[in-house]
Amino acid sequence: MAARRISSLVSRSLPPLSRDGKQSCLGRGIYRYGTTAAHEEPIKPPVTVEYDKLLINGQFVDAASGKTFPTLDPRSGEVIAHVAEGDTEDINRAVAAARKAFDEGPWPKMTAYERCRIMLRFADLVEKHNDEIAALETWDNGKVYEQSAHIEIPMLARLFRYYAGWADKIHGLTIRADGPYHVQSLHEPIGVAGQIIPWNFPLLMFAWKVGPALACGNTVVLKTAEQTPLSALLAGLPDGVLNVVSGFGPSAGAALCSHMDVDKLAFTGSTATGKIVLELAAKSNLKPVTLELGGKSPFIVCEDADVDKAVEVAHFALFFNQGQCCCAGSRTFVHEKVYDEFVAKAKERAMKRNVGDPFKTGMEQGPQIDAEQFHKILKYIKYGKECGATLETGGDSFGTKGYYIQPTVFSNVQDDMPIAKDEIFGPVQSVLKFKDNAEVIRRANNSPYGLAAGIFTQDLDTANTLTRALRVGTVWVNCFDTFDAAIPFGGYKMSGIGREKGEYSLKNYLQVKAVVTSLKNPAWL
Amino acid sequence: MGGEIRNGNVEKATISIPEIKFTKLFINGEFVPSISGKTFENIDPRTEEVIANVSEADKEDVDLAAKAARQAFDDGPWPRLPGCERRRIMLKFADLIDENVEELAALDTLDAANLYSFGKAKQIHDGAELIRYYAGAADKIHGTTLKMSSELQGYTLVEPIGVVGHIIPWNFPTQMFVMKVGPAMAAGCTMVVKPAEQTPLSALYYAHLAKQAGVPDGVINVVTGYGSTAGAAISSHMDIDMVSFTGSTETGHRIMQAAATSNLKAVSLELGGKSPFIVFDDADEGIYDKFIAKLLEEVKAWVVGDPFDPNVNQGPQVDKKQYEKVLSYIERGKKEGATLLVGGKPLPGKGYYIEPTIFTDVTDDMTIAKEEIFGPVMSIMKFKTVEEAIKRANGTKYGLAAGIMTNDLNIANTVARSLRAGAIWINCYFAFDYDLPVGGYKMSGYGKDMGIEALHKYLQIKSVATPIFNSPWL
Repeated sequence: MAARRISSLVSRSLPPLSRDGKQSCLGRGIYRYGTTAAHEEPIKPPVTVEYDKLLINGQFVDAASGKTFPTLDPRSGEVIAHVAEGDTEDINRAVAAARKAFDEGPWPKMTAYERCRIMLRFADLVEKHNDEIAALETWDNGKVYEQSAHIEIPMLARLFRYYAGWADKIHGLTIRADGPYHVQSLHEPIGVAGQIIPWNFPLLMFAWKVGPALACGNTVVLKTAEQTPLSALLAGLPDGVLNVVSGFGPSAGAALCSHMDVDKLAFTGSTATGKIVLELAAKSNLKPVTLELGGKSPFIVCEDADVDKAVEVAHFALFFNQGQCCCAGSRTFVHEKVYDEFVAKAKERAMKRNVGDPFKTGMEQGPQIDAEQFHKILKYIKYGKECGATLETGGDSFGTKGYYIQPTVFSNVQDDMPIAKDEIFGPVQSVLKFKDNAEVIRRANNSPYGLAAGIFTQDLDTANTLTRALRVGTVWVNCFDTFDAAIPFGGYKMSGIGREKGEYSLKNYLQVKAVVTSLKNPAWL
Repeated sequence: MGGEIRNGNVEKATISIPEIKFTKLFINGEFVPSISGKTFENIDPRTEEVIANVSEADKEDVDLAAKAARQAFDDGPWPRLPGCERRRIMLKFADLIDENVEELAALDTLDAANLYSFGKAKQIHDGAELIRYYAGAADKIHGTTLKMSSELQGYTLVEPIGVVGHIIPWNFPTQMFVMKVGPAMAAGCTMVVKPAEQTPLSALYYAHLAKQAGVPDGVINVVTGYGSTAGAAISSHMDIDMVSFTGSTETGHRIMQAAATSNLKAVSLELGGKSPFIVFDDADEGIYDKFIAKLLEEVKAWVVGDPFDPNVNQGPQVDKKQYEKVLSYIERGKKEGATLLVGGKPLPGKGYYIEPTIFTDVTDDMTIAKEEIFGPVMSIMKFKTVEEAIKRANGTKYGLAAGIMTNDLNIANTVARSLRAGAIWINCYFAFDYDLPVGGYKMSGYGKDMGIEALHKYLQIKSVATPIFNSPWL
């Protein structure tokens, strides 16, 4: 594969040292993934960054402090743009705008179908600008362009249409009482929703948060990790309905969590930060909180599995999006009967993985998001080696620019190793051996996390038993990462609180008001 | 004592009547003549003249349409598309309706004498919006995972019921079409639609737009023709899984019987009504006389004429049969001793125009108080107490709707709960909404149109149970 990818630009020889002084590792043989792509000049993306300001009350504005922060191209570490850095003052202004829009503005007073139409129009605009948005996403994030353009942006449009379709169907109940009372439960918009989204799937996370909040008639203050190009497309929204503040967690994020005038908080990110978010909400005004946090999700390959298929799905479950998924299948449990075959094939599959410039056609893996993640992943790889797991392939960074890491596979991993316990968030697969279902259930559940799991089996009873026994929010049977709009997603235990997507997500953005009126002479009770 | 009705004597409306593009049956994605070659005349109720000759479907044509719908359901893509894909096609369909508002409004005015300005400004667009409502429901049809009392896993799957027959009436051709077709499409069903013989035109146009939107062949089939032939063929068809009918109670009996004697297909019926409109006296004085006085004023300003004229409030009745039926009820009213306050006569000249007519001193046992007239004839009765109003309002075999005028909280709540009718309008009337289900009690029928409830008619529930072993919870 790599041979075909050597371009005519390889008149540049490989520099002797990469940016942090370490030799690119070519120790264990020939790696057939696209190393050369990581040494070429990054492809110039076919877009320009136009939106780098905060969106507050319908206006694009600089941060109150005038500060900006750079967003970097993870292929090279170079600056793409300087984005407004929001802080407490900006959050205050944004919340004030959202509060006004909710209390006095037209949005919650519009008919539901008018809200639906605005959301449908947004979906149409997203579709119209599919490729540009995808290019910006890839440039910012490092995820493969084909993934952005053919999977994620279409999914963004579908999610918005899904939620638009809920807007005019939000129902409460009329309830039978024990006495002569007419009882209704009204499901009302909760008010101003504060939402904090991460960097791994910026656009999909936008849809998962903003979609249901708007469909239910709320106004929003969204804190993003970086600039988002979507703000401009939401032109049909009245001022103040959606406010976007880019900035950092400890400043803008904390301000949002502690704000006394935010009615609801939703956060996706690390478990460590999730704890802080919950604490701040509790200390301020007890705003209800939903959390989507980290995971160390088991992927269980049973003894009757079709090994070739299992290898492919397990590979995807871990390596997708550069391993930067909260629900990555990062503990691959393989039954001892098929273990050796699995490991050999998993190694081979990882060696074939095409890594390089995400704008280049045919790539499967781009760079990690930034230097901090990059170094963290390398640290875990080091632990893996030091703890005595077997390094099958990979094990180092490569390329001279950017944050590329070799697809890495460890076998003979034990439950107590850091690579088996901690969330790595990188392209590091850990394969563990097991004997029987009871054992794998026990070991899979032995984690503070509980986000997802994958099960690979053809046996009906095994599927049903494992499905019910695993303490996780999503179980994928013979598939992985199926994220349709209607399927609820969220964690057990320290992977989170609450569910996103599906009808379940609406609950997060509604308050229930019971209305009880006494009746005279009811014809029935 | 009669009031004066101005006949909106129209200089011929300046609306250009569109060319009638579609007059053949729509089967399996094509416009085709009926097998017999027969056509029937489509009459303009303003002039009594023939607008078009439309293909007349009979049993053989219905068989073809049902076959196409069956194949589209059993083998075709429509039920196998995910809800979000059906939504996409339905949203496109709605957009196409919005792009053709004027032509569709004109067809409904020509056919059914719906008011053109209202059709153009609201009614047709409302039809598109209802399609959008159901488009948004297509991917939200959920079953349930269940709490079993033994070591069983149980869940329900909510599946499309299959091939559906829709038999729709002539009074609101667009509304009736989208109300039936919308939820059936969202559910993943395929269908055979028989519009009323008086109003075939917009249904055929909608079929054309549906195809343009990407609805696969065979999913929507339209067979224009008569109830006793095409309609009966649908209700007794052995391979149609469900029939959904809106029309008279009399025909409702026949459809249910045909369903029973053929294949026991599921049936939903939206039938006639004799809905009470109850004006309560919140002011403690008798409101009756004041009401009559105000009513007379309103009626004086009421303009009857060409429905294409934007100044007209009331067009002609839909056809000769209805026209004659209404006039005969007016005669009965006079004969049985009700007081004719205003109107009571047909308008002179061409067209099925009738004056807005008001009877007072009507008693519950009079024919005009008991039977559905379906014309511009108001019957006013006096009552004293709330209990009396409830009792008399419920004293009918029908139960479709009711209106309650009051600002008193207790009267509103008590009366709303006491009336045996499917739609109660408090301080409003004809307040329809995409999310509000409507349907009758008693002999006004069963099953709902509009709202999420309407989907249930087009769905089947399947339960699936599997034993489980060693479950950590039950």
